[in-house]
Amino acid sequence: MLKIENLQCSINANPVLKGLNLSVKPGEVHAIMGPNGSGKSTLASVIAGNDNYDVDGGDINFDNQSILEISPEERARMGIFMSFQYPVEIPGVSVSNFIKTAVTAMRKFRGEKPLSSSDLLKAMKENMDLLKMDSGFLSRSMNEGFSGGEKKRNEIFQLAMLNPRLSILDETDSGLDIDALKIVANGVNRLRSAENSFIIITHYQRLLDYISPDHVHILSDGKIVSSGSAELALKLEKEGYDEITK
Amino acid sequence: MGRKKDKEIIGELTSKKYPYGFVSDFDSDTIGKGLNEDVVRLVSRKKNEPKWMLERRLEALEILRKMTPPKWANLKFQNINLQDIIYYSAPKKKASLASLDEADPELIKTFNKLGISLEEQKRLAGVAVDVVIDSVSVSTSFKDKLADLGIIFCSMSEAIQKHPNLIRKYLGTVVPAKDNYFAALNSAVFSDGSFCFIPEGVRCPMELSTYFRINEAGTGQFERTLIVAEPGSFVSYLEGCTAPQRDENQLHAAIVELVALDSSEIKYSTVQNWYPGDKNGKGGVYNFVTKRGIAHSKAKISWTQVETGSSITWKYPSCILKGNDSVGEFFSIAVTNNFQQADTGTKMIHMGERTKSTIISKGISAGKSNSSYRGLVKINRRAKNSRNFSQCDSLLMGNLCGAHTFPYIDVKNSSSVVEHEATTSKIGEDQLFYCNQRGLGNDEAIAIIVNGYCKDILQKLPMEFAVEAKKLLELTLEDSVG
Repeated sequence: MLKIENLQCSINANPVLKGLNLSVKPGEVHAIMGPNGSGKSTLASVIAGNDNYDVDGGDINFDNQSILEISPEERARMGIFMSFQYPVEIPGVSVSNFIKTAVTAMRKFRGEKPLSSSDLLKAMKENMDLLKMDSGFLSRSMNEGFSGGEKKRNEIFQLAMLNPRLSILDETDSGLDIDALKIVANGVNRLRSAENSFIIITHYQRLLDYISPDHVHILSDGKIVSSGSAELALKLEKEGYDEITK
Repeated sequence: MGRKKDKEIIGELTSKKYPYGFVSDFDSDTIGKGLNEDVVRLVSRKKNEPKWMLERRLEALEILRKMTPPKWANLKFQNINLQDIIYYSAPKKKASLASLDEADPELIKTFNKLGISLEEQKRLAGVAVDVVIDSVSVSTSFKDKLADLGIIFCSMSEAIQKHPNLIRKYLGTVVPAKDNYFAALNSAVFSDGSFCFIPEGVRCPMELSTYFRINEAGTGQFERTLIVAEPGSFVSYLEGCTAPQRDENQLHAAIVELVALDSSEIKYSTVQNWYPGDKNGKGGVYNFVTKRGIAHSKAKISWTQVETGSSITWKYPSCILKGNDSVGEFFSIAVTNNFQQADTGTKMIHMGERTKSTIISKGISAGKSNSSYRGLVKINRRAKNSRNFSQCDSLLMGNLCGAHTFPYIDVKNSSSVVEHEATTSKIGEDQLFYCNQRGLGNDEAIAIIVNGYCKDILQKLPMEFAVEAKKLLELTLEDSVG
């Protein structure tokens, strides 16, 4: 599904990713861990198509085609979703209106008719229950005045509504207390399927206590230095990054 | 592509010289450029006006001669030469088309984007015949209903003939000719406009709109509107049209006067979408408007405007809160793109005790445009325990546009409270990227961000108007982020 080959990226001429390889198959959950500044969030942004980053070399293939020249909205419509580490505020735009617009855009791309308001509302209600969000959420302005936890839940809510094939969770666990973490993890687990894949970017092991990954990769200085099963994360937790990236 | 193309097409349509010239049956129907006493006399004679009206016009001309155009606005444009304008032309024979198929397909596309009905499209595109007949019948049935309630709603020319006492009593009382340069100009040469009178205690059952008297339209360059609400009455009035106007006139100088007598309420909504000039800043309408209302005891005046058109907008719908406990409101969205300039705002003059005013202004600038909010809140010594709340927000797109705020506050007593809030924000790349990541293209992203930003004000518009205004905002800002 996703194949990244020798990816090199920079921001303002500072190299961040220095030859990264990653392959994700349908249904797989990959965790990417690494110390601060190792390039984790850059990787997420570059896959999603943020043009603040320059791609200097290598390639990103999705469904066997290079997506480097494809706009971020088209990548999203192809089924790539990113849960933002810092979701932005959009004042005056309600959560329900925003999600409706996004869902409609995606459906339009797939040649489907817009969902009726009642079907849409039903889907929203189901997913809000899943994430233990109260219904007042829908009429609030996107991320405006949201707590850190509410913002992250709102991201996973959108993920659930859009049902993407590849979801990239960029430090979704940061700023979450343990209860919120469990709720978010439970939401993600419910969305796992044989078709849907996840890349979970995290600094700590604790999210992986609730979402068990098929593969764990350690990113250091712009490269994946170690890959393994879920045990690798536990080992990392015990020994620290220094030991493993040595 | 869409927007630019639309603009070009509309540009061609609007900048095109009227192909048939200003010629009609009599020589006297055709006058050359220029402004003088003979021209004013001719305008008045053509409209068969009574002597008192002519005298008022001549007085206004005298006043105009002693005035110079205002220079204080944050606008850049060449001097307007009043001698280079034609002030009277016989009712134009429109270049009528047999059907919409003959109209420019790009224009039709714009209409469709705005969701304008077929009948309306025909009228706007200049298709002749049956449309007018339709609207006559619509207008007639409405008129009967209104007449039963004692409501007068007619053109200004008709009102001068049929209701001279009301016109003599109220016209020019809120905006006198000497008020400003453009008001003097309008008072001397106004072509036509609307008159609306709501008798005591009557609640006008429908939104009054110039739309319903299009058969009598001929609004033209120097429009004059007067609305009088007698004690305890209510009226909601809609001005303008969301469709791009075919208009050959460069300078528009309108006057709107509202008289809200004791305990009455006037709600005045405008959507203005005149030709804004092309993307290089050429052409476009200069819109210099004087709008003002006077609110007597316990009366309320509410201005709501969505300004997206014109190359220059100079407009300050104002309220004189004369009576005790009167209320004034101003809700505004002004969008500028390309090389458009807008200097708009309001004046709230508190004279009565316990008077209240609210100002919410949202400016949106894109391209190389400039948008200014200019407002005055004046609380007189006698206006004890009065209140004002002002909120002026500016939204910028890109790095080449500008937004400016010029709030003037003048409070002459110590028992009143004035609050002013202002914000300037930019549609950030991060907001756009966030929307992109959810599958929205740049135009869709801007539309949703801008609509969110303007939500408070769109909610103030009558519903049908609000839907069109939303679409208009989207259309105006299409392609504004490359």
